[in-house]
Amino acid sequence: MIEDATLIAEVVVSFLLVVAGLFGLVGSLGLVKLDDTMRRLHAPTKATTLGIGGVLIASMIYSAVFLDRLSFHELLITIFLLLTAPITANFIAKSYMHRHVDEADLPPTEGPYGWAVYDAVPEDERPIDTK
Amino acid sequence: MIETALTFAVTCFALALVFNLWHLARAPGVVDRILALDTMVINAIALLNLYGISQGTPVYFEVSMLIAMVGFVSTVAYCRFILRGNIIE
Repeated sequence: MIEDATLIAEVVVSFLLVVAGLFGLVGSLGLVKLDDTMRRLHAPTKATTLGIGGVLIASMIYSAVFLDRLSFHELLITIFLLLTAPITANFIAKSYMHRHVDEADLPPTEGPYGWAVYDAVPEDERPIDTK
Repeated sequence: MIETALTFAVTCFALALVFNLWHLARAPGVVDRILALDTMVINAIALLNLYGISQGTPVYFEVSMLIAMVGFVSTVAYCRFILRGNIIE
């Protein structure tokens, strides 16, 4: 019975590691192969983040089953990376727009303010005082 | 079985690092270079964790947590520098 559980854990860890490796490889291959910065942004921020999540969960299962040491560090790193990946993607997209996209080429926002990259909210209309 | 999977994953992430380095050298603009550096940080974290699995020690998780934080902060700081010409206003 215990040997069965160990075998299942071994299969699961190996599967997660292989899938994570493939996701990481696909993410970086997309970074090299896609032909436009805004398209290139998709590959590393999505595929590579999934890949590293797979590695960390595999290591969590491995240390819980084979080393008798249940640790949540890996989950912490996974959550941290999953939280920060969209933020970095947003910042990189904003920097790209700032450098390469003209404001006149964009559709109107249909709100009281323009695009956040070019147009700041007027100081007397800010929801919180940032000064 | 796990050793084979580990070798495969290490090979994949090492190849991914080579791709990132290639893109870092040939990128058309500074934004692409930031993206390549950010991906390199994530792949380095993956390699560190795989080494931690193969050695059976929890030390490398602390290291990768620190590298994850520093990588995120440096990416955001570089992007803010491009956007505003200033990091902390």
